[in-house]
Amino acid sequence: MIQLENLQKSFGPHKVLAGVDLTVPQGRSMVIIGGSGSGKSVLLKCILGLETPDGGRILVDGQDATKGDRDAFLARFGMLFQGAALFDSLPVWQNVAFRLLRGALKRPKAEAREIAIEKLRRVGLSPDVADKFPAELSGGMQKRVGLARAIAAEPQIIFFDEPTTGLDPIMAGVIDDLIREITAEMGATALTITHDMGSVRAIADEVAMLHGGKIRWTGPVAELDASGDPYVEQFITGSSTGPIAALR
Amino acid sequence: MRDAASLPLRALAGLGGAVLGLLAMIGRVTLFALSFFRHLLTPPFYGREFVVSLGNIGWLSLPVVGMTAFFTGGALALQIYAGGSRFDAQAVVPQIVALGMVRELGPVLVGLMIAARVTSSIAAEIATMKVTEQIDALVTLSTHPMKYLTVPRVLAGLIVVPLLVGLGDVIGILGGFTVGVKSLGFNPAVYIRNTWDFLEPLDVISSLVKGVAFGFISTLMGCYAGMRSGRGAQGVGEATKSSVESASVLILTANFILTGVFFSV
Repeated sequence: MIQLENLQKSFGPHKVLAGVDLTVPQGRSMVIIGGSGSGKSVLLKCILGLETPDGGRILVDGQDATKGDRDAFLARFGMLFQGAALFDSLPVWQNVAFRLLRGALKRPKAEAREIAIEKLRRVGLSPDVADKFPAELSGGMQKRVGLARAIAAEPQIIFFDEPTTGLDPIMAGVIDDLIREITAEMGATALTITHDMGSVRAIADEVAMLHGGKIRWTGPVAELDASGDPYVEQFITGSSTGPIAALR
Repeated sequence: MRDAASLPLRALAGLGGAVLGLLAMIGRVTLFALSFFRHLLTPPFYGREFVVSLGNIGWLSLPVVGMTAFFTGGALALQIYAGGSRFDAQAVVPQIVALGMVRELGPVLVGLMIAARVTSSIAAEIATMKVTEQIDALVTLSTHPMKYLTVPRVLAGLIVVPLLVGLGDVIGILGGFTVGVKSLGFNPAVYIRNTWDFLEPLDVISSLVKGVAFGFISTLMGCYAGMRSGRGAQGVGEATKSSVESASVLILTANFILTGVFFSV
């Protein structure tokens, strides 16, 4: 379970997170929605330690995320980045097996390659992709490789940062389905940030809306359309009129 | 009137801001260098990345280093011959070429070539990794970017640049020898003997020590600029430019200091 208590983060005078309180129950898929620049990515980065919060607490299974063994903490996480963030200099299979080729989870090279190919197969890629380089793949294939890398070490918690951005609707649907299936199979806790309402409905058990540096609303995805919150209603309908200022 | 009075104050404030900015940068680079040594001495160590860096910095720099040294040695021989002939001192060409190449031109030119070729390449690569979130991805995969990206590159620079400097010295002398023998009418055996007899161990040691220093500076500044890159293509461009500028200035400054240390009378 991930618990955020009064999480705060500012960049200069700009307060991005102004006291975020959020609980992601174990084994559930939480999707955070919110406008561009609302601090969704910063929230993920704070949990992972890529940004240092100015205040508040981050608890993972009751333990403070900012204390203790950092490597052991990160070993529990997998992350799919918005642009996949594959390492250009490594072939696909070494990207997928990155964690299995070094550090505490190191395996023999042949075994790591076998696991990588199995994970590639799980995300719908054939074994001949394994020896290609990321630059040789399409955007959708790169996202799949990123997903394979995120799940390669069987993490307990997986973060997805805008998983369908830049993909056509069919490929976006494929990625959404994969995320749903894989997190359910692994029993992993998932935290996704997205603008894409199709993804929200496909991936989420729970939804939270971040606006003005705080969580405006949170609840089960089934209650999203009847949230009664004007911010949520404006966001899910994509209306240009409402409490969220839309610049023209 | 008030504007005229505040002009010197604004100029002073600008100067103060620039000095503070420079001091802050020196502090950040120093902390970055200390962090390199701390990570160098603690496991894990990424051997594959180190070997790849050895190849990129050393092997792939050979052509540019060799050509630069050869033509500089040749030009130096022509200059010394032409200049020396004004006071009947043409015979010192072998000695001055050797001294000039080994003490100064070899290390400095190799250092600047490495700054142009390697520092820029390291800065652009790491900056692009930062912009495309690959550095963040490394962290989430329990891999410290300092250990994975900086330590292998800087360690490779420390080892391979002095070797390149030594090779550059030899090739530069060979350039002078070729011009001396083919164009200026020197006897090959006499040229080699004069070169060999004139050089002292301290000349070679100073050259190699400069190589170590320049290897450290050029690779460290590439990594530093890459890691501190701003966003987008402009950030990558700025990081690349500033890495070469700062590495070049630091190499020339370090060269002056080391020359003073080794040869001050």
